[in-house]
Amino acid sequence: MPLPASVLGALEAAVGAQSLLTRPEDLVPYSFDGTAALKTQPGAVVFPKTTQAVAECVQIARTHRLPVITRGSGTGLSGGSVPTGSDCLVICLVEMNAILHVDPSNLTLRAQPGVITQKIADAAAAHGLFYPPDPGSLRISTIGGNVAENSGGLRGLKYGVTRDYVMGLEVVMADASIVRLGNACVKDVAGYSMKDLFIGSEGTLGIVTEVLLKLLPRPSARRTMLAVFDKMEDAAETVSAIIAEHIIPCTLEFLDRMTVRCVEDYAKIGLPTDCGAVLLMETDGHPAAVAEEADKMAALAKKKGARSVSVAQTEAEALRLAAARRNAFSALARVKPTTILEDITVPRTALAGMVAYIAETAEKLRLQVGTFGHMGDGNLHPTFLTDERDADEMARVHQALDQIVDRTLELGGTITGEHGVGLAKKPWLRKQLGEASYGLLRQIKAALDPLNLLNPGKIFD
Amino acid sequence: MASPLHQIDYAVLQQCMHCGMCLPTCPTYDATRRERHSPRGRIALMRSVADGELVPGPEFAKEMSYCLGCLACQTACPAGVQYDALLETARAEVESSGVAQNAQRDFWRTLTLRGLFMNPSLLRLAGRLLRLFQRSGLQALFRSSGLTRLLPADLRRLEPQTPTVAPSFSDALIAPVENPPQGAARHKVALLTGCVQDLVFSAINRDTADVLLANGNTVVTPPQQGCCGSLHSHNGEPQLAAALARRMIDQIPPADFDAIITNAGGCGSHLRHYGRLLADDPRYAERAHLWDSKVRDIHEWLLESGFRTPKAAPADTPFTVTYHDSCHLAHGQKVTRQPRELLEKIPGVRLVELPEASWCCGSAGIYNITQPEQSQQLLDRKINHILKTGAQVVLQSNPGCHLQIARGLQKTNPSIQVLQPVTLLAQAYRRESPSSQSL
Repeated sequence: MPLPASVLGALEAAVGAQSLLTRPEDLVPYSFDGTAALKTQPGAVVFPKTTQAVAECVQIARTHRLPVITRGSGTGLSGGSVPTGSDCLVICLVEMNAILHVDPSNLTLRAQPGVITQKIADAAAAHGLFYPPDPGSLRISTIGGNVAENSGGLRGLKYGVTRDYVMGLEVVMADASIVRLGNACVKDVAGYSMKDLFIGSEGTLGIVTEVLLKLLPRPSARRTMLAVFDKMEDAAETVSAIIAEHIIPCTLEFLDRMTVRCVEDYAKIGLPTDCGAVLLMETDGHPAAVAEEADKMAALAKKKGARSVSVAQTEAEALRLAAARRNAFSALARVKPTTILEDITVPRTALAGMVAYIAETAEKLRLQVGTFGHMGDGNLHPTFLTDERDADEMARVHQALDQIVDRTLELGGTITGEHGVGLAKKPWLRKQLGEASYGLLRQIKAALDPLNLLNPGKIFD
Repeated sequence: MASPLHQIDYAVLQQCMHCGMCLPTCPTYDATRRERHSPRGRIALMRSVADGELVPGPEFAKEMSYCLGCLACQTACPAGVQYDALLETARAEVESSGVAQNAQRDFWRTLTLRGLFMNPSLLRLAGRLLRLFQRSGLQALFRSSGLTRLLPADLRRLEPQTPTVAPSFSDALIAPVENPPQGAARHKVALLTGCVQDLVFSAINRDTADVLLANGNTVVTPPQQGCCGSLHSHNGEPQLAAALARRMIDQIPPADFDAIITNAGGCGSHLRHYGRLLADDPRYAERAHLWDSKVRDIHEWLLESGFRTPKAAPADTPFTVTYHDSCHLAHGQKVTRQPRELLEKIPGVRLVELPEASWCCGSAGIYNITQPEQSQQLLDRKINHILKTGAQVVLQSNPGCHLQIARGLQKTNPSIQVLQPVTLLAQAYRRESPSSQSL
């Protein structure tokens, strides 16, 4: 059911005919994001090029009471940018893709939301600077999407997540007004920290149309190592031992055996497919510190039973290892038609037990699972390999997810570390937050978007 | 009869988990930033057709035609989606549903796919006529007289792109069986001469044979070889492609050879999939499978079978070269390391890496004919990168890329030569003995 001609006419006037999609062949490819088994065709897609045009589109949607779904490159993993129905308008921001300013003196970068994350990192690097957040999809994800989902990445342990690098935002609100939040000052306590409300708000509170990012000096040295273990527990103990030595590496990533096999099948970089786990370790900073930390980490891994520890000899080799880890999720899709990915996070000390619990649960319910993730920050990605057409198996997958979530919450963890709630994790949010804080979320949504137009039905109903 | 997309193994469509890792490698998505022009977008359209949610219409046909088929997405895809098989099925869907039909398109498809490229002697006859036309001065007269204005617009645009036909075809240059000079043949291989390669670049086939001989291979080159069927398969005609594959297997029985050598990236990519194409033909399935296991790209084979470094340089003074990956060699056959490795071994040749070396040049089979605008943009991008390297020679290994890049350089910097690595190698081997002449 297409949108009424009057609405389409108004949208066309706002963005131009070339930037409005309405044919089924154009819309079908906007029915999904990177999340499995979620698909809904939108009523129309627009590609505004300016903040003003975004505001005009929101005003049109408001007048006609159309739900608005904001989208970047559509790589989200919780269904955050999946359309809500044939009456909704998708605002796709990929054409607002200019890096507006790099300021090496104030260590900031100002960009439009459609800039690809990798381009932000490259632009910073061109000035000898560093933008640390590196989500798995950074080669195609947009910075606006990263802000909306508060994306993490492989460097979370030492450098934190997207939130830690957002200094300011320009946002189009649900009433089509344009607000600017935050600034280039390191210190700023003028009023509520409003920008923080929008980081990770998953498109439900406003549309980010510009970001001001914090940059760091680029670390002068880096060393990447790969430790191979027969047992997952030994890898986890290595991580605990490293932290106990007061070393904070920038990366401590692990892959279990199933994941190693799939990644090797894709990347062919010589990972051992008969191991229990591999641990990707990276330290960066001053060359002397890096050398010392790397030696200590390698020694600790050996002491905890690593079969081998190898050091990447070149920058290219280090990049290949990191890229292999980033592609772990997609590589797991080689095994079965449908991959259901989770994003639970537990306190670091509970991690080894949680990995074992996931494996037991999968075995008990006769399911295939590959687990990988950020061992340094307790963020796990158990990925169930299944087939959405097999109703019986899908029911067991959901059973397993419920059990894993329950255990996560018992351990004081969270249902999502970096992917967002969206549609995929919605059933468990209330359980985690409890009535009072769940209610608080809804009050905020009602205050900022009383007509419930912005990404309705995401995070909560 | 159920349509091709309804018959396809659904798991192949499901394999795409739409993570988006393909997007940054797709030239048409890069140019437009519209999901329908991306690999995962096209797969979503195919799945909608397979699910019965979308009826394939002219827009579907247009989209499948807009895809270059460069397969960069297939290299990028961590999930192992067989995009080549999906695209071929979708194009077959377009043909079988008839949505793209119109009189002019049908005429050209029938003439080329069903006529010329199904029948080697007809294709060679056309080649001879074209050669006569070009060599007699008629072409020059035709062009200078302005008579080209009488051609329909489409043809007028294409006419200057007509490649110059070689003075002789491969079978005049290569004997059916040739043995290495020193005796002691280590391998026996069949050499595929191709269609365009045979008509336009027969000298490159001679070079390929020479390089094989210099490396201890007995070279068997059956005269009058047919088209391998890649054009048909890539353009929605699987039945014709299967007929050509059977003919090929009959003419060159795979059991007789250690390897079947191809020097054209586009053909090679298709030649490795006869098993898939003939899986349902009990008479051929097994031989097709054996065939696939014997097909080797020339560079791949040289390194695999024991390569002898030339003792001479291809020219008196050293020169700089750069290498363009033809899509179907890099992404279709995953051969990227070997041509570079060979080039680095040739004395007097300095290889500089080409930025975006594996980004499509816009030739893409018949894409420069079907989608001239997009093709030209990709060519401009490629030429810019080539000029920046400062190389005197661009190397590649596919006749389509060869013609396309040569056409691009003709307009910008005609002093840069376009060659294939085997030509440099052959030249180097020929200069090893003092009596030999340079090319």
